[in-house]
Amino acid sequence: MDPLILSRIQFGANISFHILFPTITIALGWVLLFFKLRYNATGDSAWMRAYFTWVKVFALSFAMGVVSGVTMSFQFGTNWPGYMEKVGNIAGPLLAYEILTAFFLEAAFLGIMLFGFRRVSNRVHTMATVLVAGGTTLSAFWIIALNSWMQTPAGFEMRDGVAHAVDWWAIVFNPSMPYRLVHMLLASGLTVSFLIAGLSALRYLQGDRSESMWKALRTGVFTAAILIPIQIFAGDQHGLNTLEHQPQKVAAMEANWNTGPNVPLILFAIPDEAAKENKFELAIPDGASLILRHSASGVVPGLNDYPGNHPPVFPVFWGFRIMVGTGLLMLAVSWSAAFFLKRRHGLPKPLAMLMVPMALSGWLATLAGWYTTEIGRQPWLVTGVLKTADAVGPIAGSHVALTLAVYLILYALLLIAYLGVLVHLALKAAKDGDTSPLPGVLNAPMSQPAAGE
Amino acid sequence: MSYDWPTLLPLIFAGLMGLAILIYVILDGFDLGIGILFSVAEDAEQDTMIAAIGPFWDANETWLVLAVGLLLVAFPLAHGIILTALYIPVFVLLIGLILRGVAFDFRAKVPAGRKHRWNRIFFLGSIIASLAQGYMLGVYVLGLDVGLGGMAFGALVALCLSAAYAAMGAAWVIYKTEGALQKKAVLWLRTALVLTALGMAAVSLATPFASPRIFDKWFIWPEMLYLSPLPILSAILFLWLWRQTFHLPKPDDRHSLTPFLTLAAIFTLGFAGLAWSFYPFVVPDRLTIWQAASAPESLAIILVGTVVVLPVIIFYSFYAYRVFGGKATDLTYD
Repeated sequence: MDPLILSRIQFGANISFHILFPTITIALGWVLLFFKLRYNATGDSAWMRAYFTWVKVFALSFAMGVVSGVTMSFQFGTNWPGYMEKVGNIAGPLLAYEILTAFFLEAAFLGIMLFGFRRVSNRVHTMATVLVAGGTTLSAFWIIALNSWMQTPAGFEMRDGVAHAVDWWAIVFNPSMPYRLVHMLLASGLTVSFLIAGLSALRYLQGDRSESMWKALRTGVFTAAILIPIQIFAGDQHGLNTLEHQPQKVAAMEANWNTGPNVPLILFAIPDEAAKENKFELAIPDGASLILRHSASGVVPGLNDYPGNHPPVFPVFWGFRIMVGTGLLMLAVSWSAAFFLKRRHGLPKPLAMLMVPMALSGWLATLAGWYTTEIGRQPWLVTGVLKTADAVGPIAGSHVALTLAVYLILYALLLIAYLGVLVHLALKAAKDGDTSPLPGVLNAPMSQPAAGE
Repeated sequence: MSYDWPTLLPLIFAGLMGLAILIYVILDGFDLGIGILFSVAEDAEQDTMIAAIGPFWDANETWLVLAVGLLLVAFPLAHGIILTALYIPVFVLLIGLILRGVAFDFRAKVPAGRKHRWNRIFFLGSIIASLAQGYMLGVYVLGLDVGLGGMAFGALVALCLSAAYAAMGAAWVIYKTEGALQKKAVLWLRTALVLTALGMAAVSLATPFASPRIFDKWFIWPEMLYLSPLPILSAILFLWLWRQTFHLPKPDDRHSLTPFLTLAAIFTLGFAGLAWSFYPFVVPDRLTIWQAASAPESLAIILVGTVVVLPVIIFYSFYAYRVFGGKATDLTYD
């Protein structure tokens, strides 16, 4: 068994599992702060009830993120020792700053945020929420900086085969970093808003018409509706940045085999890498040239320019399409939901039912996007500096196979348990919402929105 | 030894890493210990025990991330060698930490009928993580010897460390609770203490004989004289702690934190002994801290951040402990 392939699958599985949870905590921290600030401003306890429901999701997601993150930091050493040996001088300080400035901040104030509402003053509790939200975002900043540097390295020089830092500003704010950071933060915002909207829709379908359900539902729907067009614009900018710095990745995303003008936008195809062509192709003429170069005759890079040095086409091509497709679906669902909430003060049942599975649409889009960008970096681990194959450690394939199998089973079970708890929390909130209506929504009929909405 | 930056920086980072490991062992030690003690506690007691660590455990575990992080960033060569050699035990440790970390949170959120299952997983994760840490320490002490002798020694240290963590957990319960559970914890502490003392003595005796290099570092005049306070002081503290267990709990709950502090002091002494045994190696007998270190300019930039941030971290950690000071009460989110 090949330790390289197995280690790649293992790391891929680990990072896929890990990224699900920071994706939630990064934006959920700010949503909680929003709930808290609304409560501070209005004194309406329904905001606080929404806070308490969602802070549990935050705690659980944070715990899942921590344990899978610890696993990842160990795997650098157990499976990829060549990585730190070659670029440790650059990756090291970025990781160290993440731990020092961000991770401790979140972890220390999390306790106060979770359990401290009645122990500290309201002001301190709000402050703890600010610090935890800020900590998760700062954490994302450092990790994205490192990841972007691996994609588009800058500010370093090679001495005796080892990367040495020359300009830290250039390293942190490398060419793709701002785009990647914005794209990821928006992805987190969308993931959380759809999660909140979806689970609130579940409560709604259960007959919950409590004030806290409405507040969470509206927050989720309106946030999603605002963020999705911004994300589509940011994603387009990110794509243009990739075209400039990693053209071979764009060539794989578009499954474009030959460089040239008038490149079509492929909607559906099965890329065949051996034959260097697409099967069952369905395409819009000149589409890719128009999107990428804003001109039908614009020259788009093709894979023929990068023989043996481009990523595998199939996963990158399809990862990209799944991400974009999910994004378009998000646009349709969030805008219709926003319309009904704003104009009709309610949700049609079919739309609410669609929103429940859409609770996980953020995860799907984020994972698909990550596969596009991370597989799109292959065969390099650090573009032009270190190949993935050169970073793997001297471990027996059988060992990796064993650990991989256990990780996969464990992750699958944990994911099921996690989703089970999310649904359980939503149903519990729905039940509590009915049994203890807040002032102003006393005995509100099930079919009507709560008073004051 | 000259005192220029390329010489000093790796030394400083070795010290910082040691400090992070020591703080981790003490702080997450009592978390893990409480997990181990779950096996002998009843349902209601388990809730109180969780309440005693709930607000802290995230921050406690962060010290492990910092320790591994420092190993990763300051000594990248050593990081690769140590972790590939310990591939399987590291994996077992991670499984333990994952199980413990998630069970901790799940147990409070699942429907009541499933809580018991997560309590068992919490115990399982804690004991697995403790045993794996001890095993890794044992194998590391013997220069990453993964032969039969190394494994046997690793198993011995695994038991010793788990007993020590259980003692820490019991001491923390004594500090954070009252009534029947506190009395019970005193008995737990006594039992765990016997095992800890036996284990620590066995490890202290076995280590120099298993490694000639460590033997030479300890049993040479006059080093022997300077080092003698370590074992002597440890023995005195052990005996004193043993005596304490017969007088606890005291009226008005006086000195309820003393057993924990005494244990922390014993841990620190034992840790100092280990550190002296290894110095100046980061991979025993293979790589010194200078050979394994990152480039000085990279270390310098981390040091700047560390010097500024570490005091802040320690300050707000103390703050969090103060907010949740006193006896543990039921943890609720609202």
